[in-house]
Amino acid sequence: MAVVFDKTKGLTDTQFHYCPGCTHGIVHRLVGEVLEELGVLEKAVGVAPVGCSVLAYKYFNVDMHEAAHGRAPAVATGIKRVLPENVVFTYQGDGDLASIGAAEIVHAAHRGEKITTIFINNAIYGMTGGQMAPTTLVGQKATTAPYGRDEAHCGKPLRIAEMLATIDGAKFVERVAVNTPGNVRKAKKAIKKAFEIQLEGKGFAIVEVLSTCPTNWGLTPVEALKWLEDNMIPYYPLGNFRTPEEVE
Amino acid sequence: MAKVLMKGNEAIGAAAIQAGCKYFFGYPITPQSECPEYMARELPKIGGIFLQAESEIAAINMVYGASGAGARVMTSSSSPGISLKQEGISYIAGAELPCVIVNVMRGGPGLGSIQPSQTDYFQSTRGGGNGDYRLVVLAPSNVQELVDLIIEGFDIADQYRNPVMVVGDGMIGQMMEPVEFKEPKKRALPQKDWATTGTEGKRKPNIINSLYLQPEDLEEHNIHLQKKYDEIKHNEVKVETYNIEDAEVVIAAYGTTARIAKTAIDKLEEEGIKVGLIRPITLWPYPYDAFEKINDKCKGILVTEMNTGQMVDDVKIAVKGKYPVHFHGRYGGMVPTPNEMIDKVKAIIGGEK
Ligand SMILES: Cc1ncc(C[n+]2csc(CCOP(=O)(O)OP(=O)(O)O)c2C)c(N)n1
Ligand code: SF4
Repeated sequence: MAVVFDKTKGLTDTQFHYCPGCTHGIVHRLVGEVLEELGVLEKAVGVAPVGCSVLAYKYFNVDMHEAAHGRAPAVATGIKRVLPENVVFTYQGDGDLASIGAAEIVHAAHRGEKITTIFINNAIYGMTGGQMAPTTLVGQKATTAPYGRDEAHCGKPLRIAEMLATIDGAKFVERVAVNTPGNVRKAKKAIKKAFEIQLEGKGFAIVEVLSTCPTNWGLTPVEALKWLEDNMIPYYPLGNFRTPEEVE
Repeated sequence: MAKVLMKGNEAIGAAAIQAGCKYFFGYPITPQSECPEYMARELPKIGGIFLQAESEIAAINMVYGASGAGARVMTSSSSPGISLKQEGISYIAGAELPCVIVNVMRGGPGLGSIQPSQTDYFQSTRGGGNGDYRLVVLAPSNVQELVDLIIEGFDIADQYRNPVMVVGDGMIGQMMEPVEFKEPKKRALPQKDWATTGTEGKRKPNIINSLYLQPEDLEEHNIHLQKKYDEIKHNEVKVETYNIEDAEVVIAAYGTTARIAKTAIDKLEEEGIKVGLIRPITLWPYPYDAFEKINDKCKGILVTEMNTGQMVDDVKIAVKGKYPVHFHGRYGGMVPTPNEMIDKVKAIIGGEK
C-alpha cells in the first residue's frame, strides 16, 4: 500500500508528555518536518527552553542543548558563533521568551543573530501550573491573576511579533496559529521560511505560534481551539510583520 | 620566548589566545574591562570572535552554548558581574562543560567599589549558583602566574569537563609586569565527542543538559560529579609554601595579599623573626595537607585577606585546632600593608589570643 503520511524523521520515537489537546505537539511536528524537508537534520542544533517544552531535547532528532529559563537565544548565539554553517534554532514559550528572557530575545534579534526562533504563545505559564504570562489577555484568569488580568495593575499583554518587527536585525517575523488545518499549513510555511532566512544568512527569524493550553485554561481541547480563535487572534493578529524583500 | 611587559588584564587575553581560546563573550565592568577590550582587538585577527553581550547573564549563556559546540571559550568579569553569571555557571557545571571564567574581584557587597578585594572567596569556592557543584578556582599572585594559570586552566577545564575560575583582583588586573608565555605541561585531553556540532548523519543526537527529573537519576548524576571532584582534589592541588618547617608564625594568604605578606616576611627575617607562608594557588581544591608540615613550635597562623576573613574557615579545617588561627584583613578596597602584618605577627608572638 502506498504510504500517504508518515512520521517525520525530524522527531525521535520518544512519546510526548504534553497534555491531551496541547498544540505544542503539532508545532514540534511542523519543526521536525521542515528540518527534514530542508535536509538540515544532520547539521541542526536546537536549544530547548524551560517550560512545558523543556523536554524538547528528547523529541527533536537533532543535537540539542538545554538552556536556562529565558536564555535560549544567548545559548543559541554561542553555538551559532562557533558553528556558523550549522542550523541553530530555539523553541521557547511565552514565559520563557517574553518575560524572563525578554532581554535575550530582543538582543539576539537586534544583533541579527542568524538563528531561528519558534515562539509558543499560549497566553499562560503551562509548566508551573497556570500563572500569568506577559501575554495573558486582559480579563483572562490565571492562578496569579485570580480576578483576571487587570491592565491598570500589570499592563496590557505584550505583542512580541510587533515589538520584534521594529528591530532592524529581525529579518523575518510572522505570527501564525495552529487552531485549524488551514492555519497549521500556514504555520508550517512560515516556519519553513524562517529556517530558509537562516540558511540564506539574512539575519534573525522568528515565528510566533498562537497555541493552546487546555489544561490551564480549564477548557476541553476543542473549546480551547475556539477560545484561541475568539480571544487570542483578535488581540494577536496573524500575519507577516517583516520579510526581507528578496524572499517575498 | 622573550619576556614582554604587559598589564594583567591584557595578559589574561593574551594567555587565553595562546591557549587556543577563540571565543570571548563578556560585558564591561571595572576593573577588568581591558580584558574584553584586548579580545575585541585581537580575536578578529586570528579568526576568532569577540562579542559584547547585552548582560553578564547573556554572556555566560553564550559561553554555555559555545562550549557545548566544542569551542575553547572564556568570559571575564568583576564581582557584581560574576554574581549575575552564577545562574549560567551552575548550568555549565551541571552539564559538565569546560570553560574559563575570570573574576577580577572588587569591593562589595552590592555595587561596592572598583578597588581590589578578595570578597568573592566564598562565592567562588562554595558555589554562588544553585546546586552541589565545584569550580576549580585558581588564584595567581602576579602577572606571570596569571598567564600560566589561564593557559593551564583551559587544559584543566577540558580534562575534567568542568568550569575553571581564575580569581585575581583589581591590583593584579591593573599592574604591569614582564611575562613569558610558556607551554603548559602536556595533559591527555579527552575528545569532545559530546559536543553539539550537528550529527552529520554519523551518530545519534548529542544532548547537553542538566535536567534530571527522576530523583534517582539526579542523585546518580551528583554521585558522578562528586567522584569527579574527588579526582580533582587528588590531582590538582597547587600551593606554595615557604619556611613553614621552622617558622614561629605562619601566614596564610593568596593572590595579592600573599605578595604583600612576602614583603612582611622578609622584613621580619631581617629582625631575626622566622615567619612562614602558605599560599594556596588553588582555592578549590584547597591545600589542606600543606598545613600538616607546620612545626610544633609554631605559635599561631595568621590569615590575611582583603575581606573579613572568608578563608579562615578553610585554615581552621586544615590546622584541626592544633594552632590558634588569627586574622588580619582590610575591607572595601583597602589593601593591607606589610607593616600591619608585621605588627600582627609580633602580637601573636607576644601571646595575643
Ligand atoms: C530561573 C527560573 N525561574 C523560574 C522557573 C520556573 N518555571 C519553569 S517553567 C516556567 C514558565 C514557563 O512558561 P512558558 O514559557 O509560557 O511555557 P509553557 O509551559 O507555557 O509552554 C517557570 C516560571 C525556572 N525553571 N527557572
Ligand atoms: S500544561 Fe498546557 S502548555 Fe503544558 S503541556 Fe499541558 S496543555 Fe500544553
